[in-house]
Amino acid sequence: MSSFSTIYDRVIRPSRKLEAVNFSELWFYRELFWQLAWRNVLVRYKQTAIGLAWAVLQPLLTMIIFTVLFEKVAKLPSGGAPYAMVTFAALLPWQFFSNAVTTGSGSLVSSQNLITKIYFPRLLIPASAVAGNAIDFGITLVLMFMLMAWYAVGVSPLLLLLPFFFALTAAAALGLSLWLGALNVKYRDVSHVVPFLTRIGLYVSPVGFISAVIPEKYKLAYYTLNPMAGFIDGFRWSILGAGYEPWWPGLLSGSLVTLLVLITGAYYFRSAERRFADII
Amino acid sequence: MSDPIISVRGLGKKYHLGIASRHDTLRDRLADTAARLFRRKETSSAATTEFWALTDVSFDIQPGEVVGIIGRNGAGKSTLLKLLSQITEPTTGEIRLRGRVASLLEVGTGFHPELTGRENVFLNGAILGMTQAEIRKKFDEIVDFAGIEKFLDTPVKRYSSGMYVRLAFAVAAHLEPEILIVDEVLAVGDSAFQRKCLGKMQDVSARGRTVLFVSHNMAAVTRLCQRAILMQDGKVVMEGPHQKVVPAYLHGGFSTMSEKAWPPGKRPGSSSAHLLSTRLRRLDGSTCETADIREPVGIETRYEVLTNGQIMIPNYHVFNEDGTCLFVISDIRSPWYRQPRPAGVYESVAWIPGNYLAEGTLIVGVALTTPQPEQVHYYERDVIACQVVDRMEGDSARGDYGLQLPGVIRPLLEWQTQTLN
Repeated sequence: MSSFSTIYDRVIRPSRKLEAVNFSELWFYRELFWQLAWRNVLVRYKQTAIGLAWAVLQPLLTMIIFTVLFEKVAKLPSGGAPYAMVTFAALLPWQFFSNAVTTGSGSLVSSQNLITKIYFPRLLIPASAVAGNAIDFGITLVLMFMLMAWYAVGVSPLLLLLPFFFALTAAAALGLSLWLGALNVKYRDVSHVVPFLTRIGLYVSPVGFISAVIPEKYKLAYYTLNPMAGFIDGFRWSILGAGYEPWWPGLLSGSLVTLLVLITGAYYFRSAERRFADII
Repeated sequence: MSDPIISVRGLGKKYHLGIASRHDTLRDRLADTAARLFRRKETSSAATTEFWALTDVSFDIQPGEVVGIIGRNGAGKSTLLKLLSQITEPTTGEIRLRGRVASLLEVGTGFHPELTGRENVFLNGAILGMTQAEIRKKFDEIVDFAGIEKFLDTPVKRYSSGMYVRLAFAVAAHLEPEILIVDEVLAVGDSAFQRKCLGKMQDVSARGRTVLFVSHNMAAVTRLCQRAILMQDGKVVMEGPHQKVVPAYLHGGFSTMSEKAWPPGKRPGSSSAHLLSTRLRRLDGSTCETADIREPVGIETRYEVLTNGQIMIPNYHVFNEDGTCLFVISDIRSPWYRQPRPAGVYESVAWIPGNYLAEGTLIVGVALTTPQPEQVHYYERDVIACQVVDRMEGDSARGDYGLQLPGVIRPLLEWQTQTLN
């Protein structure tokens, strides 16, 4: 304990207007981060009859509905691979993203009792909420491999890029959660906006269709305004192979927007967090 | 003397009253901004109501000291703790801390009802700043202290409130901080468990840790702390050995008074009755701040009934300094018991006999109720208080015994002693 004494020696005083993220402190609290993330996973499936199977059922049913709707009814092109696979490869990141943003943006308000009673870096709250969804993602990923075997889709080396696209998706979810979570403390309107956003997002992102159907002249705007579109393309590419190469300018602009949201989110969060306990 | 482990200089905390309610939704904010654009002056007035919960608080605490922070409700004690615990940020001044801080503003912070006892121990331990290795090492001790071995794998939502509190406190008790900040957590659980908690805190201080302890329980402050800091209206008004500060708080007008009257317009009540004044009095009619244990003490209220025809029953709620309710009493002897009252001003006095309650603080809440359908016209909690003292002249129940006596009542009973054979 005494070896940590330097981190415990501290001066508490009114903070400056703009505070950067204190990474050494976050590192110090890493165990709490895992505990909180694990709690989020445990709590979600406690007292449910089929537990983690929910993590499988939701994307599976959505996949079936989308396949029927977009392939059979709307007759959209699949780009070569089985339509079910095309949808599922997109649902994989989208489901993670939308769950992460939902839990992340509501996390601070639902941690009210912690915020008003004890100190730890507040950033851990939305970050652990986002991280807690990684378990569901992992389970869905396993299902994905089973579907690939079922549809006899070959595995390509591009699959190694999957963690990279996952990281981008997680960064987007975290960035948005920082903004929305901190805003939610002050304006509970956010909790009404988020379900609406994720529902709309599911239809305007290339989940039920492939991005090739987007007209050329709108492409840049589309990918910039919705970075998830580029990341979904990335997932399809790494799972389904070369035929699904993403549109690189779109992926790049989307990544830059994500980075911007993440950095500004962190600064906004840091400046807002000092009032959390007073106004929550 | 070595360097202080806690050093507070010029600490202040300002709250903006009304902001939280004013800008709760984005719509309000937009409306407010729009209104300001059109230069409506009155819109900004409500938002600028400021309130200083703490002003210019400075003190030092040496390593190993156990310090009690006392003061009546609203004196700024909780705000000070929140600042020391880093939960909220000071507006002015600074705090220097040298050492690991554990703050217990409540027990069981972060306990999740859906999780089992075992899971909650690990989660709560981590929240309080213990490492996983530390928790694993102390796990058996914690479970043992709480006495809940059999229910370790049951979700805590199925625990009785006693079990819940014991487990929560057990985790907190096994923290090994250099600085422990405690807020009234001893006000929970049964008295056996409270004693266990006090014992644990004594252990902590015996091991040379620094403890900062906020409490209304003067007996606990006196027992645990060497030094006390008395706060009033957001300022430190007195600090020093508890022998000096605790009596000053209890007798010197810093604490709840034994008499209170409300001016017109501020009177608590309903449209049919309101409270004018209340006090504790002696038989001779004088107001009593300190009552001899042998003397009767009267709880008096004066109230005005504004409308004819309702049944109204005054009732008094008496607590001791630990927050234990000693009794609740209704006036069933008055001529208006079960009878509608005509409008008018009334006085009701209930007499607590002498040689009845133990020494200590009596804290009284007064209420006026209409039964069936029940309507509470007013209930002023903890509104007046007085000290009951035992002068130890040998004719009270303690006889010549001079040390601390337990028990909330101290009646003089009929004894029969005779020699046999």
